[in-house]
Amino acid sequence: MNTKNRERSDPILKVEDLYVSYGKIAALRGISFEVHKGDIVAMLGANGAGKTTTLNALTGVVPVKSGSISFKGKTINNLPTSKITTMGIVHVPEGRRIFPDLTVGENLRIAAYLYENKDKDLYLERRENVFKLFPRLEKRVNQLGGTLSGGEQQMLAIGRALITGGEILLLDEPSMGLAPMLVKEILNTVKKIAEDGQTIMLVEQNAMLAMDIASYCYVLETGEIVYEGTSDYIRSQKKIAEVYLG
Amino acid sequence: MNTFVQQIINFLQLGSIYALCALSFTMVYGVARLVNFAHGSIFGVSMYVLFFASTYLFNVIESTWLVYVISLVISCIVTSLIALLLERVAYTPLRNAPKVAVVVSSVGAGMVIEYLILNIAGSKALRMPSLIPNIKFDLLGVSVPLYKFMIIIIAIITMVVLNIVIKKTKLGIAMRAVSQDRVAAGFMGIQTSKVVSASFVFGAIIAAVAASLYGTAYSIFAYDVGESIIWWSFIAAVLGGIGSINGAVLGGYIIGAISVLAPIILPVSSYKDIVAFAVLIIVLLVKPTGLLGKKGIEKI
Ligand SMILES: Nc1ncnc2c1ncn2[C@@H]1O[C@H](COP(=O)(O)OP(=O)(O)OP(=O)(O)O)[C@@H](O)[C@H]1O
Ligand SMILES: [Mg+2]
Repeated sequence: MNTKNRERSDPILKVEDLYVSYGKIAALRGISFEVHKGDIVAMLGANGAGKTTTLNALTGVVPVKSGSISFKGKTINNLPTSKITTMGIVHVPEGRRIFPDLTVGENLRIAAYLYENKDKDLYLERRENVFKLFPRLEKRVNQLGGTLSGGEQQMLAIGRALITGGEILLLDEPSMGLAPMLVKEILNTVKKIAEDGQTIMLVEQNAMLAMDIASYCYVLETGEIVYEGTSDYIRSQKKIAEVYLG
Repeated sequence: MNTFVQQIINFLQLGSIYALCALSFTMVYGVARLVNFAHGSIFGVSMYVLFFASTYLFNVIESTWLVYVISLVISCIVTSLIALLLERVAYTPLRNAPKVAVVVSSVGAGMVIEYLILNIAGSKALRMPSLIPNIKFDLLGVSVPLYKFMIIIIAIITMVVLNIVIKKTKLGIAMRAVSQDRVAAGFMGIQTSKVVSASFVFGAIIAAVAASLYGTAYSIFAYDVGESIIWWSFIAAVLGGIGSINGAVLGGYIIGAISVLAPIILPVSSYKDIVAFAVLIIVLLVKPTGLLGKKGIEKI
């Protein structure tokens, strides 16, 4: 992604001066960022930087203290999560949070909750697509979600989000706890999904891999954005890499 | 042989009623993870609505079956509305409060409903009209009243339908999803508060069906009918694994078996309570989650 493009189009997600706190602890201290259609934007930062908090604020899981989140021009601060999902922000949470006692098939079906009755074909079509991306899921449709391996659970979590379908996909550390081979595989799939036109906001501690697929990056440190720029720019700044990206 | 068949039928009848009561009680816990101690009063409301509706309808309608069906539907509707009101008033405001606050509030709400019943309907015991035609027929040489069969059959049909709804329908899967991870359910676009409300309605409807069977089996009841029901439902549900549907059914039939067997084996019939408690305590010592309960997950 190039800077020109960023200037040309209106962002679909625009966050301004966002504050979130847990009791007295300020977790986000006035961060601003934007995501444009078709981009993969990465948010990088060490443990406890506030990455998960950022995504949770976007989808109404934690309350916004001040600032504004606007999605396609509408302010969505503190709306109920289900409403935000319906508007088109789909969240793949940290730790995957698939439903452990639903089968893989049920996990996928419930992801189509919003439209299953109206458009069964759309569901079947999206599910086919998910099985193409993750053939291992198809073999395991009748297995309980909780019995999947970590990698398979991540596939299910992403597959579920693709079935829900939204204009922007939020991915919280999809590489967490996976073997290096699998991390590559998952991130390659994320890239493939983006090439099909899906807008993605990716949160990662694994900065090097995230920068490989992201076009634009924000670096978060204790609740503040300390750097931003194209992946090439961030990578070229040795100082940033050393201090923040390990 | 005669008494054996009779005891089996008594066990199935009683077990079915306990199973439905435990099911209705476990629904709300299964989805919302809160113990609804006001549920006994919900049961009481069903009894009274059923009583007034059927007493009135028998004046205008000939067919017993029709009266039963219509008064059951009325009872389901009224009971559901009260359960929804209860949720709105006693639970929703305490969503983020400590669990003990919810317990206090549910016990209090139950008392309020019970006193309302007492004030509206009075304290004297009532007799439920016969909701099932008074026919007897022969089973293995034993003359069995039709109502005993119907109680068993209606209970089983209710359990099967509930199972299908929970296992196969969109709402049922959504309920299980909310029960397992409410936040993640929101990410699927599920309006979790509506699904929780649905669990209150399910609980109320099952309670209304259970009340109609209880009324048929025992006829005499008073304003405090819900108190012992909620108690035994609670024990049956915990025994089977609170929140688990199959557990509630199993717990209900175990309590039914104890109630039928204890008086035969033991000298004093009230020992039944002691036996039931002993069984409950032993099960919880061996398996703290109850017979079919799983730890932390799958609550419905
Ligand atoms: N529920 C909570 N209650 C109190 N403090 C919290 C809560 N959740 C997060 N925090 C705090 O907010 C800060 C940001 O946490 P957050 O989970 O957003 O970090 P993160 O960047 O996602 O970290 P990680 O890479 O470890 O997932 C941390 O200091 C954390 O301790
Ligand atoms: Mg995190």
